[in-house]
Amino acid sequence: MKDLMKKLTEAYGPSGNEEQIRDLIRGEVEPLADEVRVDTLGNLIAVKKGSGGGKRVMLAAHMDEIGLIISYVDKKGFLRAQPIGGVDLTTLVGGRVVFSDGAIGVIAPEDRQGYRKEADLSKLYIDVGATSYEEAKHRLGQATGFVRPFADLGQRVVAKAFDDRIGCVVLIEALRTLRDTPHEVSFVFSVQEEVGLRGARTGAYGLDPEIGIAVDITPAADMPEAPKLAMVLGDGPCIKVKDSGMLAHPGVKDLLIDTAEANQIPYQLEVLDRGSTDAAVIQLARSGVPAGCVSIACRYYHTPSEMVDVADVENAVQLLTALLEQPIEL
Amino acid sequence: MTEEATVLLEQLSNAFGPSGNEDDIRRLLARTLSDKVDSLEADALGNLTAFKAGSGPEPRLKVMIDAHTDEIGLMVTRIEKNGLLGFRAVGGIDDRLLLAKRVVVGSSRLPGVILAPPVHLAKAEQRKNVIKIDQLAIDIGASSEDEAKKLVNIGDYAAFDTRFQVLSTSGLRTVTGKAFDDRAGCAVAALLAEEDYPVDLYLSFSAQEEVGLRGARVAAYRIEPDVAFALEGTVCDDMPKKVDTSPTTQLGKGPAITVMDRSFIADRRLVQLLRDTAEANGVPYQIKQPGVGGTDAGAIHLAKTGVPSVAVAVPCRYIHAPVSLLSLEDFDRLVALMKAALRALPEYWKV
Repeated sequence: MKDLMKKLTEAYGPSGNEEQIRDLIRGEVEPLADEVRVDTLGNLIAVKKGSGGGKRVMLAAHMDEIGLIISYVDKKGFLRAQPIGGVDLTTLVGGRVVFSDGAIGVIAPEDRQGYRKEADLSKLYIDVGATSYEEAKHRLGQATGFVRPFADLGQRVVAKAFDDRIGCVVLIEALRTLRDTPHEVSFVFSVQEEVGLRGARTGAYGLDPEIGIAVDITPAADMPEAPKLAMVLGDGPCIKVKDSGMLAHPGVKDLLIDTAEANQIPYQLEVLDRGSTDAAVIQLARSGVPAGCVSIACRYYHTPSEMVDVADVENAVQLLTALLEQPIEL
Repeated sequence: MTEEATVLLEQLSNAFGPSGNEDDIRRLLARTLSDKVDSLEADALGNLTAFKAGSGPEPRLKVMIDAHTDEIGLMVTRIEKNGLLGFRAVGGIDDRLLLAKRVVVGSSRLPGVILAPPVHLAKAEQRKNVIKIDQLAIDIGASSEDEAKKLVNIGDYAAFDTRFQVLSTSGLRTVTGKAFDDRAGCAVAALLAEEDYPVDLYLSFSAQEEVGLRGARVAAYRIEPDVAFALEGTVCDDMPKKVDTSPTTQLGKGPAITVMDRSFIADRRLVQLLRDTAEANGVPYQIKQPGVGGTDAGAIHLAKTGVPSVAVAVPCRYIHAPVSLLSLEDFDRLVALMKAALRALPEYWKV
């Protein structure tokens, strides 16, 4: 599973530019699913048809990652950028970005002292090694992702874009593990979550599910001087109660809790003050969908070094598999 | 640009249409288009859809061309004892632009002016700070609350009183007027109906864009297009710069294509179609600075199961101000680019 984590997290896929990561995931799910398709906005949907008599279930994990988009090329060939999603500006200096064609750029501040006082994207530029405007002008409007290799720390692992490639790993492994299910399960690898939960919204409209579950990361709060939140690494997948975009459907939340307890799978409850997931838009699709979320506690989210615990990932896979193998009544 | 097209832009720019009160614009467009399209339909929110069937073989692509009819404006919120009218903004208006501007108020288009303390009386401190919108009022010359109430009701709209003007008939052929955002887009969309295309065209003149992309949202739900183009009058950044860092689009450099803004990420196939079409036809174009602003494409691309969308605009200086300025060269280029792109679209979409 760590090989898959490495493969997915090191791939390029800022919001709106998910082709490469989608091809990688398609390669993983094609041998496992009954049907694989790409919808209008680019969501990858792998369907497990099930033995019948169950519900239409939508699982969603987003493929896209935060990044930078080139907004200006100056006369010397230096680039300026705007954020794609919620980029933490304090993590940028000295980092690298990669373009869809593999080209690399270095992020540098105009004034290091000044940047230490105030992190401001307009005071940063990207150096792609160009010596003129002509050499770099085609970069205008191109999206970049961050560059950082996956690192295996043993029980814990670090990578960029665990938000939400770790959710993609959970979905792929659940699809691999799932034996018999009465449900028609759509494993949706969604686009454009980081810019406003956009892919899951149209994806859910198209699928018209009877139950929806997002799998995403949630901020862990077990580090020094961390905010007073309950989520910690290693205590099991987090079952969402609420975040700033949704109240989890109580039936779905209880179903997840009951399934975890019946199968002795460790879990935590998540009450998140800020941020949301694809589940927030799935629940509002058409005339409404009972929706919940399984989260993986993650340290240092939206930085190039996001950390998760492997046991949480394995337990999330078990939880979803157990849930899908039983009849669902809300 | 033909004389007829300039007249259309002039009429659209001069007409009164703050968000939620787009009737005049809709009627003007309906009159203009009635003999050029197959059907015209107004919906519950005040959108106007003009349908023109394609000439290509079926099944034909359903193409939505969106331009919003509404403009930023003001709404009367209180009538003071002395006959002055308190107001709020409808859409995004910079408070700094309001002082001493002429406006027209209500359905009788009553002339008025936004008050401003004369320089003689303004204290030094006052002159350094922006006067906030809630400290301002519209003066219609009424001497009392009773007199004002006979002329105006709370909830009446006001729009800036700016007449269209040609500045230059050579070079960039510049014109000024109000509401080029998005009457420029409306005029371009209306001119597209002059020709036949291989695709089914749904010209959607959408209400209430400036207050949250509201009209386009329901229009896209009803039309269910295969692809969508939002036509806009967008920002220019031609102020002199001390450092070489961040101009966005510039006047006279051609239509501005949006790759990403706050409301959506453009479908890259459609961006490529516009770029390829512009290059093949020798039309200059520019890429709008990503991450800035929002358009109806933000609502359209999320309709139902999603709609591949792109936005392309006439660059306009001073948008969201009482007066803006555009180049008819840029305007003509957007018309030419869209006509060519609509002809090329079916072949392109197969690939």
